[in-house]
Amino acid sequence: MQAKTTILSLPTEEFVHPGTRACTGCGLAIAYRVGLKALGKNTILVVPPSCLTVLQGLFPVASTKLPCLNVTFASTAAAATGILATLKSQGKTNIQVAAWAGDGGTSDIGLQALSGAAERGDNFIYLCYDNEGYMNTGVQRSGTTPLGAITANTPFKGKLQQKKDVPAIMAAHHLSYVATCSAAYPLDLYDKIIRCKDMPGAKYFHIHIPCPPGWGYDPRYGIKVGRLAVETGYYDLYEIVNGEFKLTAASEKLVEKRKLVPVREYFRAQSRFKILTDEQIADIQNQIDAKWAAYYKKDEQQ
Amino acid sequence: MGTRNYRRKTSHSEHGPGDGGRTGSWRVERPILDKSLCIPCKRNKEACFICWLFCPDIVISRTIPPKIDLEYCKGCGICAEECPTKAITMVDEAEFSKEDKE
Repeated sequence: MQAKTTILSLPTEEFVHPGTRACTGCGLAIAYRVGLKALGKNTILVVPPSCLTVLQGLFPVASTKLPCLNVTFASTAAAATGILATLKSQGKTNIQVAAWAGDGGTSDIGLQALSGAAERGDNFIYLCYDNEGYMNTGVQRSGTTPLGAITANTPFKGKLQQKKDVPAIMAAHHLSYVATCSAAYPLDLYDKIIRCKDMPGAKYFHIHIPCPPGWGYDPRYGIKVGRLAVETGYYDLYEIVNGEFKLTAASEKLVEKRKLVPVREYFRAQSRFKILTDEQIADIQNQIDAKWAAYYKKDEQQ
Repeated sequence: MGTRNYRRKTSHSEHGPGDGGRTGSWRVERPILDKSLCIPCKRNKEACFICWLFCPDIVISRTIPPKIDLEYCKGCGICAEECPTKAITMVDEAEFSKEDKE
């Protein structure tokens, strides 16, 4: 087990330039910056159209210092496979391929390419940043938008369907590493990327990203909202290493404490959940409590 | 058409700062650091640096005292919110423009 990274031991080298096109207080900018530190210099990035393409900039200026291939929406993982094949034919083995895609590009449009690459066992890291909607085109609903969230095309009743559990779909591919992270816990993200780097096959990351314009909160509370999602038990941080499930970081501490913040606080911090009624919130709270009761039980058995 | 010609026709960006222009002009509130409250300044050694970790725009340096690059700072206020000693406060940008006029 590697030692946990602290702020002081985090590398100071930056791979992103200041002055990007990302919105004020963008959670993705924090996760991207820390994630690239963990991936390191010898990395080729693959990015489909997403908020990240906006962040990376328009021709002729790019804000990322690493080589990056911009591809079509549906082909992220397929393009990563292509790069791996090229590197193999050139005999280069020390270069890491990382695909960064949004939640729409992963859960809706790019799912078949990702599933194919995972099944083939291509050796790359796939990072899905989940800001719970198509934020870059103006906040439309995606497969991972949670129940009750108001978006541009669910403007009155909010989304009526449940959030798609993409990490569970990827875990069903029997990958060597599947993890969920949050932009509010960047050091946890850093540790997880470092840990999975040498593992074989495809590695999948699901990163929860607070989005000020899409979620409807003041940019300055970005980290607070991201942290609330974890502390309420609404979004749990875990890793699945070779099929073994384990809660990590803040979620692990929550199991020790046996105390969750009421999920109401998370919903009321954002304007996108304003139409959720008290009964709906109580219903979601029950689901969360049931989920965590299972975690507590598992903890007692160990 | 050979490979060389094809290569010339791909759009290849060069990396550099300020892709979104001087993003400091987006700012409505300016972060001001109070050195008497800042932990690394008080102890005069490397500590804390939470503002550096959470800054989305990489405008806060990991130095003592932390320097804020106002040319690119978008003024989100995450640093002010996350600072454990509340050493950073957000001040309305209009007050600075008033000073400039005087």
